[in-house]
Amino acid sequence: MVIDSAMIWEWVIKSVAILIFCTAGFAYTTLYERKVLARMQVRWGPNRAGPRGILQPVADGIKLIFKEELIPAKADKLIFVIAPVITVIPALIITGVVPWGPDITIGGRTIHLYLANINVAVLYIMSITSISVYGITLAGWSSNNKYATLGGLRSTAQMISYELALGLAFVGPILLAGSMSLQDIVAAQAKSVPFILLQPLGAVIYMIAVIAEVNRAPFDMPEAEQELTAGYHTEYSGMKFALFFMAEYIKMIAVSTIGATLFLGGYLGPFLNVAPWLGPVYLIGKVAILLYGLIWLRATLPRIRYDRLMAFGWKVLFPLALLNVVLTAAGITLFGGK
Amino acid sequence: MTEKQTIELGGMNHLFSERALTGETMVLNMGPQHPSTHGVLRLVLELDGEIVQNVVPDIGFLHTGIEKNMEAKTYQKAEVMTDRMDYMNTIGNNLAYCLAVEKLCELEVPARAQAIRVILTELQRIASHLIWMGTSALDLAAMSVFLYAMREREMIMNIFELVSGQRMMTTYIRPGGLWRDVPVEFEAAVREFIEILPRRVDEYESLLTNNPLFKERTVGIGIISAEECIRWGITGPVLRGSGKAYDLRKARPYSGYEQYDFDIPTATGGDINARYTVRVAEMRQSVRIIRQALDSLPFGPVRSNDRKYIPPPRSEIGTSMEALIHHFKLWTEGFTPPAGSVFTAIEGPHGEMGVFLESDGSPKPYRIHFRTPSFANLQIMSLLSRGHFVADLVGIIGSIDIVLGDCDR
Repeated sequence: MVIDSAMIWEWVIKSVAILIFCTAGFAYTTLYERKVLARMQVRWGPNRAGPRGILQPVADGIKLIFKEELIPAKADKLIFVIAPVITVIPALIITGVVPWGPDITIGGRTIHLYLANINVAVLYIMSITSISVYGITLAGWSSNNKYATLGGLRSTAQMISYELALGLAFVGPILLAGSMSLQDIVAAQAKSVPFILLQPLGAVIYMIAVIAEVNRAPFDMPEAEQELTAGYHTEYSGMKFALFFMAEYIKMIAVSTIGATLFLGGYLGPFLNVAPWLGPVYLIGKVAILLYGLIWLRATLPRIRYDRLMAFGWKVLFPLALLNVVLTAAGITLFGGK
Repeated sequence: MTEKQTIELGGMNHLFSERALTGETMVLNMGPQHPSTHGVLRLVLELDGEIVQNVVPDIGFLHTGIEKNMEAKTYQKAEVMTDRMDYMNTIGNNLAYCLAVEKLCELEVPARAQAIRVILTELQRIASHLIWMGTSALDLAAMSVFLYAMREREMIMNIFELVSGQRMMTTYIRPGGLWRDVPVEFEAAVREFIEILPRRVDEYESLLTNNPLFKERTVGIGIISAEECIRWGITGPVLRGSGKAYDLRKARPYSGYEQYDFDIPTATGGDINARYTVRVAEMRQSVRIIRQALDSLPFGPVRSNDRKYIPPPRSEIGTSMEALIHHFKLWTEGFTPPAGSVFTAIEGPHGEMGVFLESDGSPKPYRIHFRTPSFANLQIMSLLSRGHFVADLVGIIGSIDIVLGDCDR
C-alpha cells in the first residue's frame, strides 16, 4: 500500500463521513424511535417541527445546547466532565471497522468502502464497547448522588453478565469465516449464505447481549426511570446529558451495523456487481430493520430485574453460547468450514 | 468504611435502625418528586445494597384541608370539594358523600337515579383500574399498556362529559338524586364502551398476564395475608387479592347493587400478581353490572321531590311562588338536616370509602371525615417491601394503587 497525500485525504474524508453518519444517524434514530413507538402506542409522535416532524431532532439539539449545564457542588468535577466523553467516543469509533460496500472506482482510483481492515476487528469491537461502561460507572460515581451511584453499580453488574455471552456469540461467525476481519466475514457470507441461517442461536444470543450492551429495554436497569429517576445520568443536564443520550443511540446503530455485518450479510444484496453503491443502501436497510426490532422490544416488554439479568446471563445465555460454539466447531470439523 | 457517620434524618431518626443511622446501610430519599411514587409521596428507604430494609412513607404533601373547608360550606357547596380528593374516583366520592347526606336527611332516591349512579360509579371504577393498569405496568417499564389504557379511559371521560359537562370534577351525583337526567346519547355511548372494553382488556392481558417478564416481576412479591390485611384495615382489591371475598357492594349494598348479579373476584396469592388478577377481573364484572343496569334502566324522575332539600326544576320557578321561595332559600341559606351523625361507606376502586358526617342542625356540616382507602392501604408499604429490591418497590407501590389526593385530603 502506498501512503500518499490522496490516501490520507481519503482516510480523513471517510472518518468524517462515519462521524457524520453516526451523529446524524443518532439524531434521526431518535425521531425514528419516537415515530415507531408512537404508532405502536396509538399516537402520532412528533409532528410539529417541520413536515411530519423531520426537524424535531434539530429542535431538540438546539434546546439541549442552550440548557444550563449544572455540576453538583459536591461532584468530582473532573471525572464528572470526562465521563460523558469516555462514553461517547467508543460509540463513535466502533463502526470504523465495518465495511460499507464493495470497492468502487472513482477517477481511476479504487476506493475501499471501509475505514480500516484490521485482522482483529472483532476483538477491537469487543474491547472498544467495553470501554464505554467505564464512562457510565464513573458518571454514576462522580455525581455524588445515590440514585446515580446505584445506576452506575448496576451497569457494572450488567456488564459482567452479558459480555461473556456476547464474546461467544462472535465466535460462531469467526469460526465459519475463519477470520476475525469483518471484510473476510462478509466475503465468506457472499460465498455461502448469511450466517443467520447457519448461526440462528448465535444471532439470537448476539441480539439479546447487545440489548444489555446498549442499555435498552428490557435491560435498561442502569437508567431505570421508574426506580432510579434517571440512573447514572440523573445529575447531568444540557449537552453533557445529550452526550450520554448520543452514546446510547450511536451504540444502538453500531451494534445493529455489526449485527447486520456478522449475521445478515452486511452490505450484500442483489445487483451489487452492477451498482456497487447499493452496498451502503443495503447495509442501512438492514440496520433499520434491526433498530426496529430494538424499538419494538422497548414498546412491548417490561423491564427485567437486574439480579434476574445476571442469573439469565450466567445460567442461560452463557451455557447456550458455549453450546453454540461447540456445535459450530463440531459442524465445521465434520462438514468443512469456509 | 472505617469511620462511623452519624446521620440526622430530621425528626425521623426513631423510625430507623441503628445501622441506618451509622451509615452502614444507605438511607435513600425517594420522592416527593419521583416518577413512580404516584403523586407526591415521599418514601424514606433504608437500603442494604439494593435490598429494602425499611420504608417510611411520609405523607401530607398534598394536604388541601378539604375536610375542614367543607365545614365552612353549605351541604351543596361542600360536595364540590369531594371531587378533589380522590381524583381517580370523583363520582364515587360524590356518591359516598350524597349517601351520607341522604341518610342524614332521610331522602328517597328515585330508581332511575340509582341505576344511573351505579352505571357511572362502575364506569369510574373501570377508569380508575385502567389508570392503575397503565401506571403500574409503566412502573415495570411496559410502557405501551399505559397509552392503550388511556385510550379507553378517554371514552369514559367523554361519557362523563356528556352527562355532566365535566370530564373529571363532575359533581353530577347530588343529594337526592342526580343533577339532571342523562342525555339521549348516553345509552348508546355506554353500550359502545362496554362492547369494546372486554376485547381491549383481552388485548392487555395478552401483553401482560402470561408474559414471563411480567410474571417474574409480580409473582411472589409484596405478599400479605388476609389476616394481616384485616389487622391493618386494608380493603378493596388488596384484601381480595389475599383471598378474602369482602366487597361492600355485596356486604352492605347501596344504590340498588343488590339487584345486580355479579361476582367478587378474589385471588389467593396476596402478591402483586394476585392484585393484578383481581383488578382485571373487576373490570369485567363492572361491565357485567353496567350491562344489567342499562338493560333494566327504569324511566322516571332522577331527583327526589322533597322541596326542603332538593331545588325545584327551573320550569316551576317562573310559575310557582313556592318554588321560587324554595329555590331562593336552598341557594342562599342551604338546607338544614336534622342534628345527628351518620356513617356511610361505598366500595371504591381502591377500597372502602367511608364518610362520617356530623350535623348540628345548621346548613353547614359540623364535622365531616373521610375514611379513605389510600390512607389505610399505604400503611402496609413497609410490611410489603421489606427484603425486596428497589426495583420491586415501585411495583409494590403501583399494586396497592394509592392516590395521594385521597390519602392526604
